[in-house]
Amino acid sequence: MSQWIAVCGADDIDEEDVIRFDHQGESYAIYRSPENTYHATDGHCTHERVLLTDGLVMDNIIECPKHNGRFDYRTGEAKGAPVCVNLKTFPVKVEAGTVYIQIG
Amino acid sequence: MSRATTMRDYSLLGLDSRRAVEEGLAAAEWYHTDIPRKEMKELMQRKDAPAIRDTAIWIGLMLIFAAGAVAFWGSWWSLPFFICYGVLYGSASDSRWHECSHGTAFKTRWLNDAVYAFACFLIMREPTIWRWSHTRHHTDTIIVGRDPEIVAMRPPDTLAILLNFFNILNAPRAVIGVLRHALGSLTEEEKSFVPESEWPKVYAVARLWVLIWLAVLALCLYTGSILPALFIGPLPTMYGGWFSHMVGLTQHAGLAENVLDHRLNSRTVYMNPVFRFLYWNMNYHVEHHMFPMVPYHALPKLHARMKDDCPVPYNSTWEAYRELVPALIRQMKEPEWFVQRALPGSARPFRPDLHNDIVAAPAE
Repeated sequence: MSQWIAVCGADDIDEEDVIRFDHQGESYAIYRSPENTYHATDGHCTHERVLLTDGLVMDNIIECPKHNGRFDYRTGEAKGAPVCVNLKTFPVKVEAGTVYIQIG
Repeated sequence: MSRATTMRDYSLLGLDSRRAVEEGLAAAEWYHTDIPRKEMKELMQRKDAPAIRDTAIWIGLMLIFAAGAVAFWGSWWSLPFFICYGVLYGSASDSRWHECSHGTAFKTRWLNDAVYAFACFLIMREPTIWRWSHTRHHTDTIIVGRDPEIVAMRPPDTLAILLNFFNILNAPRAVIGVLRHALGSLTEEEKSFVPESEWPKVYAVARLWVLIWLAVLALCLYTGSILPALFIGPLPTMYGGWFSHMVGLTQHAGLAENVLDHRLNSRTVYMNPVFRFLYWNMNYHVEHHMFPMVPYHALPKLHARMKDDCPVPYNSTWEAYRELVPALIRQMKEPEWFVQRALPGSARPFRPDLHNDIVAAPAE
């Protein structure tokens, strides 16, 4: 059953950046876009098990720190080699200055 | 000098490949120097200006030296022009191929892709094959049976290493590979690291390259001169390849295998500005491997930030060679021996759990 989980304060993430959020043994990547919208994906790259939260956010792209795999973090779309499998995304909401993601 | 035998199996489908997976050496977690996120973001920032400037200089110099070679064709005065053209064609293309494969040279994606495709043709590294090969090299750096880019295996084949200063073995191998791909076939090893969805790209580019090579050959026959083939195709890759081979050997040769700490299996070597322009700062090789998303123009800054956590860099290419040549000669007789890097007191120590107690049980 899905549930909304509080992740962090909205200001805890810089604009055009990402932070890591761990919950029940899983890692998630929580993004704040240059347009000040919030998004969430799986924490690991689909190419190899590398944490995306050490990577670089450029506009709406997250780039894996190991092999340059690029995803649109809004949709999870893999943007080309070496990533061929899309990232899983999760619904996000911001209420009273807190970021929540929906898991499950 | 005779070479010792070894139990190592460097093939990507062999015993050591399976062993690396079983022992957790494949796609493993590697040591990283601690650098705060804010600083890393700054270091990873992309820019177009440095690479546009360097690419304009690179191509501009190639055109100038090619013009000089043509102007003096028929006399020995053309030789220095060919030497310079060759280094820019067959060696500087190596670092351009490399940096653009990481997507870090330019901020603008299509500029990365365009220079990548151009440099790949010059260095005769097929773009799709080598993108995936290099991906594996970064995942499993100098892991026996996993890394397809190990230049100095143990015991080292020193004759092959020497011949490849002029790509005497590599170039024919590359041509055969391109022809095979143009015919629509990949080797089993290639299939092990290139996803099937990428195979059509391999075939298409190989066919394009064959067409270009045939056009150059036709031009040579039409003009009755070898001159076109000295400017485009395998020949300049061969006669100009010595520089990239020379500096490339300093990266990992003679150092530890099967470790998960780039401070043990990579060298950072201080080089002069001309070398660093041709090599696009890949002399900061420990830094590059630890943080491959930092662009070449930011590597000196990254080096300054993390040097206290790394072995002392080599002061020159010469100093690196004074270590690696005797090391390779020794490894011909003693394949188990390797150069063990020492850390300064300021560095975080090597972690035995990342390299099978290699430090606790040194080879010497």
